[in-house]
Amino acid sequence: MTHASVTAVMGAVFNLSHPAHVVHWSFIKLPLANVIVIALMLVAFALAIALPFPGAKRRRGDSS
Amino acid sequence: MSLLHPKDDTKPWTGRYQPYDLVKEACIAIGVIASLAIVLAVLFSSPDDQPSTIAQWSNQLPVNFVTAATTELDGTSGTAEYGPPYNHNGEGQHAAFIYLQKWLGVSHPINTADDYVIDPLKTIPNDPALQSALAQYQAAPEKTQKAWGEAYAKPLEEYAAAEEEGKPLPKTVAVDGTTGMVSVQASSAGPVPTMMRSLLSLAKSGGLDGSLLTSRQFFQTDYTKPLLFMADGGLLDKRAEEQHLGGDEWGMMNETGSYPGQAWLWLYALWYQIEPFKNSENADILVMMMMGVLSLAFISVPFIPGVRSLPRKIPIYKLIWREHYRTTSPPPGPQPPRPVPSSSSAPPLRGT
Amino acid sequence: MSDYHKGSWTVKVREAAVAALPPEKLLPDGQPTYVASWIYVFGVASVASLVVIITSGTILALKGPAWWHFTGVGHFFNSIHMWAVELFFFVMVVHLWGKYWMAAWRGGRARVWITGAITFLVAVPTALTGYVSQQNFDAQWISTQAKDGLNSVGVGAFFNVTNFGQMYSYHVLLLPIAVVILVSAHVLLVRRHGVVPPIELNARLAIAPGGEAPAPPPSTVGAGS
Repeated sequence: MTHASVTAVMGAVFNLSHPAHVVHWSFIKLPLANVIVIALMLVAFALAIALPFPGAKRRRGDSS
Repeated sequence: MSLLHPKDDTKPWTGRYQPYDLVKEACIAIGVIASLAIVLAVLFSSPDDQPSTIAQWSNQLPVNFVTAATTELDGTSGTAEYGPPYNHNGEGQHAAFIYLQKWLGVSHPINTADDYVIDPLKTIPNDPALQSALAQYQAAPEKTQKAWGEAYAKPLEEYAAAEEEGKPLPKTVAVDGTTGMVSVQASSAGPVPTMMRSLLSLAKSGGLDGSLLTSRQFFQTDYTKPLLFMADGGLLDKRAEEQHLGGDEWGMMNETGSYPGQAWLWLYALWYQIEPFKNSENADILVMMMMGVLSLAFISVPFIPGVRSLPRKIPIYKLIWREHYRTTSPPPGPQPPRPVPSSSSAPPLRGT
Repeated sequence: MSDYHKGSWTVKVREAAVAALPPEKLLPDGQPTYVASWIYVFGVASVASLVVIITSGTILALKGPAWWHFTGVGHFFNSIHMWAVELFFFVMVVHLWGKYWMAAWRGGRARVWITGAITFLVAVPTALTGYVSQQNFDAQWISTQAKDGLNSVGVGAFFNVTNFGQMYSYHVLLLPIAVVILVSAHVLLVRRHGVVPPIELNARLAIAPGGEAPAPPPSTVGAGS
């Protein structure tokens, strides 16, 4: 029997108060939410390095 | 090249600067992060599964409650045999000759028989049968008390084992469908059945929650006693299993529901899934020591040969600073004069 | 130092502080041109997350630990606090990855790495004390499980995760102070030493000594110390 609190989803657009879907891979068992967080971190790192940073002209050209 | 002062060819920057507004950047960052946090809060809220109480435990799982209470009385529960910091009934975990748990001593004494059974029962007024049972129990020698406890516990243990293995439940333990009271067929259990019946009633009424919390003083912020009692039982385990919070499921990384949890505990959780930690009686101290060593190594990265030179070997830095390398490399056509030293005059670079 | 100031601790502290971090170094309005990647924003994003955590945490503390269970507004601020913590660890770890692959400890910056690493290691128990202070099922489970790890190394003898009063005090006061001190030391060290220059591709210098070296704008201080 679950004991989900009435207040747990107060105001939430998406209800996450249900038992997690667990991702199994070899001996690794992680809930989907954690897998998403870790994946997003890797994506953020990759994008942070790959995407050009604004202001290149200013760095190249003006000396003031 | 010494360990503490590795060869480092990093020179102070004498090149160009760009205007860079740190305060504005910080304000923008605060705005962005605050907005993200608010959006996530609006979209997903946060979990708040209500806590379990001893009353709920005894009402939902009465046999499990009585079984746990019996082990507290006869000193065979997890808490009773835990050792420091709760009692001296065990040495706790160790790694070789290192017995940190034992060495730091008993700082939060718990006598499970007194704290969880006898003292709460003593608070029940106007029950001559109970008072007589308590007097009989306390007057008996320890050996007799133990024998009574074991006689009462035996059918309960058989019931618990059958329940776990999915086998037919023995008829020696029964739960009244109306009252929820537990009856155990145990001969030679002395006053224990009377005591356990009263304790179960007290628990079902909510009185045991309050009694365990405020036994020392009115104002209380320390929930150790009731929590350890509940942890000796099955209700917290049952709820945790439903939410995938168990240790065998990397549970310490997880949150109730489908919320993200503590992904940063991945390395700590990992060790519990593999040998020799997985099935060791000393798993906790072994994992903690492993994480202690790795934490020290993490802090000391600048001084660890191999680890400190890996960034040069896997040149992600070339991507990060590609604009710098492109704009400071010797240009092909006519450009403002910029000295380009010949490669023979430059010492080959070593890892930092 | 004139006789008026002779032996003055105040003057000694002030002069040492200003020598280490003159205003233009404490709050420079320029950065070297190699600071040109989105990876650099993850440090300030970590600080920003900490600001949101402390702000939302302050509101929760003002109203007391039971408030968020019984009101919608309270639950909303708890949600902000929780998601800010997720964001904090997210951006801090990406910042860590970036700094590792840049070997950002070079050029006398080992203390920057060390303070950063210790900040992460102190943030973990800061979060743990928060989780066990929630006063809900999650807090019950985490505290009864975590106690075993801590007891096994003797820490449980004086740091009792099932003692709400103690854990709440650590979470609201002691550990946030530790984190703020560590983060401040970390950021001040970065200001002192400057953002680490790129790893040299070969022996070529960015600007050779005696060669053409455009001077930084007057109010900007160069990297290195």
